[in-house]
Formats: sequence, C-alpha cells, structure tokens
Amino acid sequence: MSSEAPPRPAEAQAPPRRPIAIRAESLGKLYRVGSTQGVYRYRLLGEELASKVRGRGGVAKAAGTFWALRNVSFEVAEGEVVGIIGRNGAGKSTLLKILSRITPPTEGHVRVRGRVGSLLEVGTGFHPELTGRENVFLSGAVLGMRRADIVRQLDQIVDFAGIERFLDTPIKRYSTGMYLRLAFAVAAHLETDILLVDEVLAVGDAEFQRKCLGRMAEIGATGRTVLFVSHSMPSLLRLCPRLILLDRGGVVADGVAHEVVRTYLESGLATAAERTWPSPDLAPGDDTARLKAVRVRTDGGDITDEVDIRCPVSIEVEYWHLAEDPAVRPSVNLHFHNEDGVCLFINNDFNDRAWWQSPRRPGVVKATCRIPGNLLAEGRIYVTAVVSTYNPTVVHAEEKEAVAFQVVDRSSGAGDGVRGPYVGDWPGAVRPMLAWTIEPPPPVE
Amino acid sequence: MGTPAAPGLPVTDIHPPGRFSAVRLGDLWAYRELLFFLAQRDVKVRYKQAFIGVAWAVLQPVFMMAIFAVFLGKLAKVPSEGLPYTVFAFAGLIPWLFFANGVGSASDSLVTNSNLISKVYFPRLVIPLASVGAWLPDMAIALVVLAGVMAVYGLAPAATVVFLPLFALLAILSALAVSVWLSALNVAYRDIHYAAPFFIQIGLFLTPVTYPATLVGSRVLRSLFALNPMSGAVEGFRWSLTGAGQAPWGLAAGSFAVASIVLVLGLVYFRRVEQFFADVI
Repeated sequence: MSSEAPPRPAEAQAPPRRPIAIRAESLGKLYRVGSTQGVYRYRLLGEELASKVRGRGGVAKAAGTFWALRNVSFEVAEGEVVGIIGRNGAGKSTLLKILSRITPPTEGHVRVRGRVGSLLEVGTGFHPELTGRENVFLSGAVLGMRRADIVRQLDQIVDFAGIERFLDTPIKRYSTGMYLRLAFAVAAHLETDILLVDEVLAVGDAEFQRKCLGRMAEIGATGRTVLFVSHSMPSLLRLCPRLILLDRGGVVADGVAHEVVRTYLESGLATAAERTWPSPDLAPGDDTARLKAVRVRTDGGDITDEVDIRCPVSIEVEYWHLAEDPAVRPSVNLHFHNEDGVCLFINNDFNDRAWWQSPRRPGVVKATCRIPGNLLAEGRIYVTAVVSTYNPTVVHAEEKEAVAFQVVDRSSGAGDGVRGPYVGDWPGAVRPMLAWTIEPPPPVE
Repeated sequence: MGTPAAPGLPVTDIHPPGRFSAVRLGDLWAYRELLFFLAQRDVKVRYKQAFIGVAWAVLQPVFMMAIFAVFLGKLAKVPSEGLPYTVFAFAGLIPWLFFANGVGSASDSLVTNSNLISKVYFPRLVIPLASVGAWLPDMAIALVVLAGVMAVYGLAPAATVVFLPLFALLAILSALAVSVWLSALNVAYRDIHYAAPFFIQIGLFLTPVTYPATLVGSRVLRSLFALNPMSGAVEGFRWSLTGAGQAPWGLAAGSFAVASIVLVLGLVYFRRVEQFFADVI
C-alpha cells in the first residue's frame, strides 16, 4: 500500500435505533503532578521530608494538576465499531482506562450495558515460567474469560497462534513472534459484549499486524461493540465507520470516519512540528533521561512543518540528562516513518563518535540530526524520538510520532529536484538524488 | 459466535469514587476462577526454578523444627505440655509458617502484579487473596509430614483433630486480615516491603509457637495473647492435633474477634484505595 488512497470504510450506519451500549456524560479525569492523590500515592515515608532537607538537585517537582480528560460525552450503540484518534497525550488511553474500570473518573458518569473486555496490551497476565497452555488459561482468566470458554476454544486459539508443538513449553523459550501470536490469539477469542482495544496492533511484524487487523475486522463484523484506539490511520479507517477525535482531553470531532480524518489533518491537531514538555514530571522518560523538546527546523533555524523536498531539514531533540554517573551515556535515536507506517530509516547520535565516548553530566542536552535535501519523498514524515543506553539496551524515554512534517515538492523542472521536468506520480519511499555518470555516444564526425 | 444484544445484559455504572463504597464480595465471587488461576500460578512458579522444587515445602518447617528442638527444647528446656518438643514445635510452626509466608508474599503482591493492575479490571482483592491461598498446599504437605513425625514418637492424632478446620480457618482469616492491610499500604508506602519481614520475625516470638502460652505466668499478660490472632490459631492447631494441654477456647474466641475486626476494617480501607492503585502503582 504505497500512495493509493486509504481504503474506503463502509458508510457510517444510519443514526442507530439500536440500544446504547456505552453512554459517557461529561467525563473528566484530573491527574495530580508531583503532588498527592488524597494522601495516597507511591512514596517512601519520610521521602518528602528528606528531599526538603537535601534540597533536591536536578529535577524540580512542580506540584500541579492537569485534566487528562474533560467534558467528554458520547454514545456508542450496540454493535458499533468506533475508532478513537488523537495525538499522544490527547486522553485516548485515559478514556479506555476509565471505560474498562482500571481507573475511576474524577467527574462525570458512564453507563455500560454488557460485559466489557479490555485489550490494552498484548500478553496481559503472561508469566514466562509457565507453559503456553498454562498461560492461555491464566491470561484468559485475567482478561475475563470463563474457564469453560477457554476449554472450548483452546484448539482454535492454539491453531490461530500456530504453536501446537510448543503448547507445553515454558513461554520464556518462545521466540518473540511465537509469544506475540499466542498472546494475540488469546485476546482475539475474548467474547465479551464490548471490546476495548488500545494499540494492540502496534507490535510485531507487518505480516502479524495484517493477521491481527483481519481478526479485528472479523470481530467487528460479529455485531459486538468495539472501541478501537490506534495511531495507525489506515487501520482505523479500515475498521471503523465512525471516529471520535480527542485533543487535550476533549472531543473535537465525532462522526463519519473520513470526515473526522479530514478535520484531524486540517486542524493541525495531527502531530506538529514542535513538541515540548514543560517539566520533567510531565515528560516521557525515567530517572536517567526525560525528553524536553523535539523540533523540526529549517537550515535557517525556523520551526516548520512544511519542508521543501530540495532543502535540508534538522530534527532537534532536547532532553534532561538526570543520571549522576558520568559513565551512563544515553544516546538519542530517531525513527522516521511515512504515512503508511513504513520505517524509512533510523539514525543515532552516536554517529558523533567523540560525543558517544565522552563522559556525561546532568543537565539539558541538545542533539540535532540533519537530513540532507533530496532524500525524503513527498508526503508526511513522522519522527519517533528515543533516548536509550546500550549493553544492555535500555530505553529511557520514547515518544512515538513526537513530531511530523510535510515534505512538498516545489521543484520547477529547473533540474534542481529529483523529478526534473516530470510532473506525474513519483513512487518510492525515499527520493534521493543519486549520482549518475553518462557516457554519450562518440561525437559524429 | 457474536453475543447479540440481549435484554438481560448487565449494566455497569462508572462513577467518580464516593466517600463510602460498599465492599462488594459478590464481585469477588464472580472472579473466583481468576483467584484460583492466580493462586495456581504462584504455586507453580514458586517451585518451578528450584532444584529440589516442592521439597522446600517440607524442608523449611523440618529445619526450623530441628533448630528449635536443639536450642529451645534440649538446651533451654522450654516446657512443651508433656509432648516431645519436636512435635510441639512442629504443630505450632505449621500455621505460623503459613501465616508468615502468606503475609510475606501478599504484602508485595499488588506491587509485583502492577502490570495486571494497570491493564485490566478485576476486583484487586483477588491478588492478595490468591497470594495467601497459594500457601495452602504447603500447609497441607506440612500436616502430612507432622503425621509422620508424630508416628515416629508413637503418637496418633487425637480425637480433637475434628476441630482442626476451625483453627485452620482462624489462621487463614488472620493471614488475610494482615495481608489486606499490608498489600494496600505497600502500594502507597513501599516502606512495607522492608518492614513486613521484620515484623513477621518479631511475630514469631510474640506468638506461642516455640513455647506454650502458659509459660507466661501472669493471667493479665497472658490475656494479651488474644490480641494476636495467630496465638489462637497456633495453640488451637497444637491442641486439636495432639490433644495435649487445655482446649484454648477463650484464646481462640479472642483471636477470632480480633482477626475479624482487623479483616473488616482492612476490607473497608482496601475498597477505599483500590480504585487509585492503577494511578499510583
């Protein structure tokens, strides 16, 4: 699937006369940052006292609150398949967590008719020491399946996963692929009235994702109510006739899928050219490193979300380096994806060899990666920013699709672009300007 | 295979947490299979990587019994109500080790299962309950070993053994009461992780495991034992298994009352904070 239009969804059903499966009214979820939820939050007794005495260096703990979700109201009819989109931090996961009763709302109310199953990750409840068979039962029970249902479907599950021979092997001996297949197979056989699915498909290879997607479509067609959160626009469009667009904790658009997608792309709510985090508390990361900002800049230094195909563009990553040990040497890597989810390339700041070897100290580090002109193809480029250390590989901070920008081709046929004078469709995941050597025929005497 | 809309679908209302929320034991019943699977997982995983495996369930009480028998029985000559000290100590160790192991693993259970808590809904109480329940097989094995030890001394279980289930229930109740509190507190205060093993060790001396309750001469002081729910369980185990000494009904009644109160209060506390586990853990 390269540049053809995303598959057309089935037309959204006429306003449903069917009974309501989920009715959410003015839902809100307030999170406290660096402060307490009542008196109840994770800490060591006396930790606060100690930090006051020591006067913690590095990270200032900003006490504050933010609404992860606010005034969210919607209805989902029985049998509807609804997708939820929005960029990171829009409140999608919080919404699913409230609907699945993992966390309570701060305000508002939801009424749910039917048994709810939630698939917020692949392999929930799996234990590495147990065999495949034992894990099927354990994970099934965790997801809310009855023992009798699991027994009845065991053959189908094993068949779907394709792991018959290894059913009685501890899953710690499984390959990643086998593990994912078994985990998804269990989840895919969950028969609740309502299914909440979060990004489950964002794992595994393309082949596996296709299989999962097919299975999700099957489930959607069985008349069950499905709520589906994903980053992957093409898969949402394929599965969901209706989309709900969230931004900053609120519903921005709710309606027929392709219209919502248009709103999403036009409103600038889609991933932007700059992403910043005001304090380490709110930023993705751990005790070693936390992201501070990711920006797309032109050579002139402007932040831009539109890049001329001929011009270089820089991705600038700032992160808080928090580890005191100078031997802890985090490194930034950037993953470039196109609209089809194809990974174009990955690059790492250890290309700066001197920096890679040098001892580190706490503070804000800025790493900039420059991409030459005439390399990327036209279209939208999504950049995932990761800060990690190696041997062993530990991912300290990761922001999927942290920034995005549009590559546009304005070359004029003057010979400065790859397409030269040609104006038609130009396929290819990248569009590098490569060197050619031409040997013309000898001149005619 | 779809589940079409039936008029009888269960309706769930999701509200912000109120000040008072009822402890819903019915919810727990609905998840009894999960409780069983989690307990089974804990039992399987516990011994799977161990070289001698389940033999640990036998070795732990036997070693402790042997050490107590040498130092307390032989050297310190602690009275044992006319029983061989070995039998005396072992009968007391069975409920105590169940309690100590159960509380020890349950107090960490919510934290070690945080991946489940942040990804799926189920009554959170299932986790500490399963954690305690996972030690029941060990207790059963230890009882069989005790029967063997008694046989060596030419002793048979007394007729009072019919009361054993009652005292086993008391031991379970006590372990649950303490576990419900500690597991929930541990989510917010990781101090529990360090404090629990320490207090369990102290508990071994505050409970008449290695000595009879009658060793404490003063009646007033002895009545303080009733505040410790495990003292009723330990004395009860010993009496019902061997028939030695006096039936500890008074002590047991006190222990039952204390265990029940602690458990009920623990359930109320647990219910109040469990909703925030996913946000806090």
